[in-house]
Amino acid sequence: MTNYSNLLSLIPLLPILSAVILLFSNPSRLWVSILAVGSITSVALISSFLNYVYWQQTDFILKASLGNWISIAELSISFGLYLDSLSLVMITIISGVGALIHLYSTGFMSQDKSFKRYFIYLNLFVSAMLFLVLADNLLLLYLGWEGVGLCSYLLIGFWYQDKNNNLAANKAFLMTRIGDTAMAIGLFLLFTHLGTLDIQEIQVKAHTVWSLSDNTIASICCLLLLGGAVGKSAQFPLQNWLPDAMAGPTPVSALIHAATMVTAGIYLIARNSQLFQLAPDVLYVIALIGTFTLLLGASAAMVQSDLKRILAYSTISQLGYMFLALGVGASASAVFHLMTHAFFKALLFLSAGALIYSLHHEHNIFKMGGLFKKLPVVTVSFAIGCSALASLPFTSGFFSKELILEQVVASGHITLWWAAVLGAFITAFYSARLFFIVFLGQAQLSPDTTPTKSMSLALIILCLFSLLGGVQPSGLISLMPPLHADNLTNLQHWLPIILPFIAISFAWWIFKKSQFGRTHTSLLQGIHQLLKSGWAFDHIYQTIFIQPFKYLCQLNQYDVIDLFYRFIEKVSCILNNTFSQFQNGQLRSYNASLVIFCILAFAWFISGELIK
Amino acid sequence: MSLFILLLIPLLGGVLAWFSQRFDANLPKRITFISLLMCWLPLIPLFHTMLFDGASLKKSQWLINESFNWISIFNIKAHLALDGLSFLLIVLTLLMALVALSAAWHEIKQRTGFFYFNLLWTIAGVLGVFLAIDLFLFFVFWEVMLVPMYFLISIWGHENKHYAAIKFFIFTQAGGLLMLLSLCGLVGIHYQQTGVLTFDYILLMQNPITGDFPFWIALGFTISFLVKLPALPFHSWLPDAHTQAPTAASVILAAVLLKTGGYGIIRFVLPLFPEASIQLAPFMMLIGVIGIIYGAMMAFVQTDLKRLVAYSSVSHMGFVLLGCFAFNIYALQGAVMQMLAHGISTSALFFLVGMIQHRYHTRDLNKLGGLWINLPKLSAFGLFFGIASLGMPGLGNFIAEFLILVGSFEQYPIITVFATSGLILAAVYSLLLIYKTFFGKVNSPQNIKIPDTNTKEWFTLITMCFILIYLGLHPQPIFDLVPIKLMNIAFVSFSMGVSL
Amino acid sequence: MIPVSWILFLSLSLFSIGIFGVLARRNLLFILISLELMLNAVVILFIAGSRYHSSSIANSDGQIMYLLVLTLAASEIAVGLSLVISMYRQHHHLDIDKLNKLRD
Repeated sequence: MTNYSNLLSLIPLLPILSAVILLFSNPSRLWVSILAVGSITSVALISSFLNYVYWQQTDFILKASLGNWISIAELSISFGLYLDSLSLVMITIISGVGALIHLYSTGFMSQDKSFKRYFIYLNLFVSAMLFLVLADNLLLLYLGWEGVGLCSYLLIGFWYQDKNNNLAANKAFLMTRIGDTAMAIGLFLLFTHLGTLDIQEIQVKAHTVWSLSDNTIASICCLLLLGGAVGKSAQFPLQNWLPDAMAGPTPVSALIHAATMVTAGIYLIARNSQLFQLAPDVLYVIALIGTFTLLLGASAAMVQSDLKRILAYSTISQLGYMFLALGVGASASAVFHLMTHAFFKALLFLSAGALIYSLHHEHNIFKMGGLFKKLPVVTVSFAIGCSALASLPFTSGFFSKELILEQVVASGHITLWWAAVLGAFITAFYSARLFFIVFLGQAQLSPDTTPTKSMSLALIILCLFSLLGGVQPSGLISLMPPLHADNLTNLQHWLPIILPFIAISFAWWIFKKSQFGRTHTSLLQGIHQLLKSGWAFDHIYQTIFIQPFKYLCQLNQYDVIDLFYRFIEKVSCILNNTFSQFQNGQLRSYNASLVIFCILAFAWFISGELIK
Repeated sequence: MSLFILLLIPLLGGVLAWFSQRFDANLPKRITFISLLMCWLPLIPLFHTMLFDGASLKKSQWLINESFNWISIFNIKAHLALDGLSFLLIVLTLLMALVALSAAWHEIKQRTGFFYFNLLWTIAGVLGVFLAIDLFLFFVFWEVMLVPMYFLISIWGHENKHYAAIKFFIFTQAGGLLMLLSLCGLVGIHYQQTGVLTFDYILLMQNPITGDFPFWIALGFTISFLVKLPALPFHSWLPDAHTQAPTAASVILAAVLLKTGGYGIIRFVLPLFPEASIQLAPFMMLIGVIGIIYGAMMAFVQTDLKRLVAYSSVSHMGFVLLGCFAFNIYALQGAVMQMLAHGISTSALFFLVGMIQHRYHTRDLNKLGGLWINLPKLSAFGLFFGIASLGMPGLGNFIAEFLILVGSFEQYPIITVFATSGLILAAVYSLLLIYKTFFGKVNSPQNIKIPDTNTKEWFTLITMCFILIYLGLHPQPIFDLVPIKLMNIAFVSFSMGVSL
Repeated sequence: MIPVSWILFLSLSLFSIGIFGVLARRNLLFILISLELMLNAVVILFIAGSRYHSSSIANSDGQIMYLLVLTLAASEIAVGLSLVISMYRQHHHLDIDKLNKLRD
């Protein structure tokens, strides 16, 4: 087992090692690629080996420690790594998808001046993400949590000369930071009441300290952790940073803002699922948030015209599904959907990246069209990605989404089920719309380059995963047992399967009448605008929070408190001016006043003596 | 004798540097460099103790304890002593003195001799403050560090230097006066109650005074330390002084002068007046929290880069105040850590601002921008320290803030929640700083090739980076150094706080 | 023996002359001289006091004070004169009505 422990500690260290080497050396582009891709690929190999080991022996929990971190009184925190089936799934996704995206990036970024910087950030990100999912205590998890946030910030603003990219990066960092701060308070609360930050201990102790009937503090803890999850996973009410985050390079959007970082929130809740079981109310809130967000995201994705924004809203919506699954207590299916989503959304983003690469950074889908002849690989991969997103039967997305819907029924939340099915309909609709507009119809722009070999290779591998990845990892089921769903009615069983086809036909009908991108009545126009802005949350936050804060700060730019001291200064100046009138600089007048004073004093003294 | 030698080296070195200017204008900085290096010599045996003899650390409170009679009629002694806390702060002081020297190396061109004299004497004063155990001696050093700093600001400062220097001097001098009064009060009342006239910290701690007086005396001490920290209503000298001071003085101010306030609270106020500090604690926590939020909000609207960093100091030092008065071992450890980490990250930011000003001749955020294009190394450092100041895990500042917040959360949950919002606000101003300075397009089209970091600057900055990473990833040696005895006091007070 | 009141009168008149000198003269040199005059007036008072208070020789505090004041006066005048000289070199006059730079 110790050998395995060493392997485990290598997993998060290899990428950061490669980042450090890149930072302090100046290799050629080829060597940068070899080092960066190589480190992640070796991590992927290690994790597939661990999968193999896991496949052989079922109760497989691996621990490793990279040393002691903080140890004061009762607070004892180490750099401990903990691998069970949940984190194994996560590291497999991260390293697998990560390696493919690294490979893809060597082609996508080959023209960029800051090639090395890009891979430093990307390696650092993978390392932080691995720390996040492998951490055995919440503080180390928080380190990874903030680390991925930082790398996300750096990569969104990667092309730093454009002001908008930086603003988007700032927005992403600050909005997730709000969630992170809630989570930090959650950590304080957990530590104060349970006396530990070790994740496994928390799960056990929580059930001894709190119970279902006495769960106020447990609920508050869960709510605060949920705050962190909501921020990272772009759920309502902190969802609107994600569409702007598309300002970064497209592979970054694929890795960070689709496959891995945004799923950290789901991981956090799944990891602490036993703690969350103590707070059914919070679970219900999670389900509600998930449902609301999936509808919000899907409806906003329906009307976007920017290719990447469509995918971003779609990510928000799919993350909503995972939250819904978590909320109804089906963590395993949430993680399953996380996995399939990582495959097909990474595929979609990478194909989108290939499109953008070939079309001179054109993002507007209405300027594309008829591309299927010119870019066959991209078309096929996009088609596979879209069908998995729309959960057409036998794609990977189909199995996971069906499972979630089934579990929702099993939990008894029928209203939420209807909402989720509506979401599935819209999802299929916008996927079809996206595909039709970009690849069919009349050719407009013609691509001048084709994707490089490394890009195509990554796309093909991801295609395979998206098609065939619909196998739920067995370990998840034993770790987080799913709900039993044997009471499905026929409608509940068949509707989600048929619905995507209806949605696609509907989209085809509208597309044939070439009605996309047009609105007729002013009412539709208004709704269109509202949906396009993501239900205007940016505007609302701007008016409610940002403007007042800015106004308040501006009001006090010159420091009110300093005014008090300036007042004292003024008073002393006035007094000084008054009294300095006597100070005329004439020595003789000073002397005279001295003498006069002495004489008077003397006279007064003597007169006093005489009277006595 | 080693502690006296430690103090004498910068004092003599300063005088030597002043006189050497007659021979060569470059001589003073060399002499300063040599004397700063020599200051490490008396500490070498200590490093040995730390590394190989951990037991002696825990055995006695003081690692070195030296005492001589000074003014025997009042029983005032030249009593210097060193424990883990003062050791940490002395190491910080000496490191930051080297940083300040590196900042001044090319910046200071006029009256170099007098400049380095003042620099070394400030250092000596600070070292004395961290070492003096006799309260009177402490007060003397407290004043010694002010006057040279006044000259540093008022002679080599920027456009509004006289105003800033005088403001700095009056504020700190008023604080010092208050301290002198409380000190005399403490000694006088102690004499009345026990019949022993002493200024000695250890003796005063063994027989604490009783009655109503301790509260007021503790308040006096606390306020004089708050001025230095600086905490909220007394902070307004800091932005002016920091902004107008030359880079070297800003570095020293931020890195060590502010720390004397926190040190004073931990060393004197908490152990000497445990009950009074418990009474004071809620107000102090409140002041700390308001300082955190207020400082961050002020930093957000500044257009002068140095002012922004200065206000961020106010915000960060609010955490120190929070940690000191939370009466909790985590918070106290966090406060010490915050002093170290803030000392490094903020002075690094001042150092960077100094470099930027040296190259672009402006500190105005609206005129800067796009530095990354021409100066990638400098900007990468700027990014690193900006990120450090917003409390990124893995760096020292995070450990500090986390411990402080965990510790104070047990005592004052509501206040701590507000303090935690400081983390968001820290992100707001840090990102603003990074965004306005390093990112974006170059605002003023300059064809002149501006040099990136030179070797000396690069070495200085990378060292500070590594120290911050070390503090963030392996803080345990620091925690072990902070004296156990002191912690006991915190615990005693804490249990009393429960019973009160 | 001379009555003490005579000596008091002498001292008083010397002192008044000194005061008058300080007040009325504008030349710094004369002011210094007048100051010396005033010092001497006080010294005379000391000696008279010592003589008046002690019948025997034993109490000679007054005389000691005289010596002290003499030394002080000498050192004071040394410093004062050197200042006066350097001031004269700077300004080429010693008119105190014009030497009011310290006011600002």
